[in-house]
Amino acid sequence: MDALTTDQLADRLAGTGYLSDPELATVTYLALRMQRPLLLEGEPGTGKTALAEALAEALELPLVRLQCYEGIDASQALYDWDFPRQILHLRALEAVGRSGQDVEEAEKSLYDERFLLARPVLAALQQAPAVLLVDEVDRADDEFEAFLLEVLATYRVTIPELGTIAAPEPPLVVLTSNRTRELHDALKRRCLYHWIDHPGLEREVAIVRSRAPEVDQTLTRQVVAVVQQLRTDAGLLKPPGVAETLDWARALHHLGTTELDLSSAATTLGALVKYREDTERVRAALDRLLA
Amino acid sequence: MTGPGAGAARPAVEVLLGFARALRAAGVPVTQDRSRSYLEAVAILGLDDLPGTYAAGRATLCGSPDDLSRYDEIFTAWFGDPAALGTGRAPATATATIVDLPLDELGPGEETSEGEDPVRARASAAEVLRHRDVSALSAAERARLAVLFGGLRVRPPWRRTFRHRRWHRGEVDAARTLRASLRRMGEPGEIAWRRPGVRPRRVVLLIDVSGSMSGYTEALLRLGHRLVTAPASAGRVEVFTVGTRLTRVSAALRHRDPERALAAAGDSVPDWSGGTRLGEGLQAFMDRWGRRGMARGAVVVIASDGWERGSVDQLAEQVARLHRVAHRVVWVNPHRGKVGYEPLQRGIVAVLPHLDDFVAGHSLATYAELVEVIGRA
Repeated sequence: MDALTTDQLADRLAGTGYLSDPELATVTYLALRMQRPLLLEGEPGTGKTALAEALAEALELPLVRLQCYEGIDASQALYDWDFPRQILHLRALEAVGRSGQDVEEAEKSLYDERFLLARPVLAALQQAPAVLLVDEVDRADDEFEAFLLEVLATYRVTIPELGTIAAPEPPLVVLTSNRTRELHDALKRRCLYHWIDHPGLEREVAIVRSRAPEVDQTLTRQVVAVVQQLRTDAGLLKPPGVAETLDWARALHHLGTTELDLSSAATTLGALVKYREDTERVRAALDRLLA
Repeated sequence: MTGPGAGAARPAVEVLLGFARALRAAGVPVTQDRSRSYLEAVAILGLDDLPGTYAAGRATLCGSPDDLSRYDEIFTAWFGDPAALGTGRAPATATATIVDLPLDELGPGEETSEGEDPVRARASAAEVLRHRDVSALSAAERARLAVLFGGLRVRPPWRRTFRHRRWHRGEVDAARTLRASLRRMGEPGEIAWRRPGVRPRRVVLLIDVSGSMSGYTEALLRLGHRLVTAPASAGRVEVFTVGTRLTRVSAALRHRDPERALAAAGDSVPDWSGGTRLGEGLQAFMDRWGRRGMARGAVVVIASDGWERGSVDQLAEQVARLHRVAHRVVWVNPHRGKVGYEPLQRGIVAVLPHLDDFVAGHSLATYAELVEVIGRA
């Protein structure tokens, strides 16, 4: 995969339906070449997670996903021993009646790789080359970040009973964050940083065309134009992301709409904005926007 | 101006590292390893690739959206306009209020000394506003301050709950460990852990809306709105206004949008800028809400200057009563932070013995402190 150029990478991503801007393609290319994790930040719904999925598809690599949450720890991210199966194994040994003579061997057989439950990080190292998506890393605790830093620095994991497992080729790591809290600087320094912004008009039209080709072309344009307007000057509490644009376009399509008008827009607003205050504001602004 | 971009005679490494230095001078925390990664990235992309140089720097030298806008400015000064390259722009984030303040021109290659750091000067305009007395602000400043209110970090006070919660460390959860072991027919297994559960404590904010407080009521209501809408304390913050009568405005403030919330609260309060009958108001609060449970174990914040029209004895009695029921009673006085202030108003003198905290409340900075006091309670 090193043979790819920036443009080829962008083309491959486009082939999976993910349209990247030149800067994002460059940064992704650098992440591949420099073997650095890629830290993506941005408003919700701008396609941070989608990039990891598209990358896996474009590079034909398996995608391993680790969803972070408060209280996540190493046994959920790295590995765990399958305790019930170990016990079962021990019982089986008992049943066969080999007790006493080879204790050490029996103990050793308990810490076999087949009793190891590989959690996402270890799984990604084992399956490498792979794409490891660490989603919403800002939700995890600080100590988990430190742990992650350690793994990302060396791409190897030491299991006391088994030894060290190192990736033959480092996986491409994509971290996403919604900035609910600031990540530690040490982690950021390891990563290549990219802020994903809402796309411009033309690119968003292209994205909707490629993701929802069934939607009528003029409708697509109208929908995207309205959404772009709403983002910039309606002063919404939660401006709609690309995901919402797609939802809205699809919703309108399912109702058989081919041209956006007031009534169809008003009935499908639930797909676009998710706060009551926002809905009221958009309703008020629709007259002006559709004029 | 001898732009280094034009200085092709200079070694490329020098130009790139100089750029990293300029960036650091502008306040982006560029460390040694970051500039190294930058060189590495540019080397991969090739020196002739200007959009690539731009993208590589954004990825390696920046670490937050605030950095990006500064990066763009310095990059333009150093290499030329990135907008002409057809690449990204700085994100519009909540920090935009600080960014849109005017920035002094920073010449390329100019060594900025610590003293005249433009970014620091820019940040300090917001900092000054934080410390200004809110009653003395102009309408424009008030609007800018309103945005800064959105940046207040609200942390609810916590109380322990009766039940424990499972956790990955803490104390041994014997019951759950045994139950898990029974499921495996008595085989000992993993040890389960638990920690005490916590829930946000109730916070009650009583705002004096009498004439003498009129310069501060808007700011205090904004503070109330921040407290009410903070996600962690959902439904556990109550706001009342006290003038000549007691009004509950919690529901009105529950709008997510501060302007609407304030308008709604304003509509529901009948006694703006009247006199103060704080003692009566407090008694009404205690009789109708407080004693029944709202004040029990709660952090009660009273925002008033202590000018009492009614009976001072009644006020003292009610605060004493409140103090016996509540977890903590905090008094916020807008005049407290002023030079030469002495707690002389009869109302204040009467209630002082019954307070846990007595804090200032005239500027955003003091409100941030108040939020801290509430969070620590």
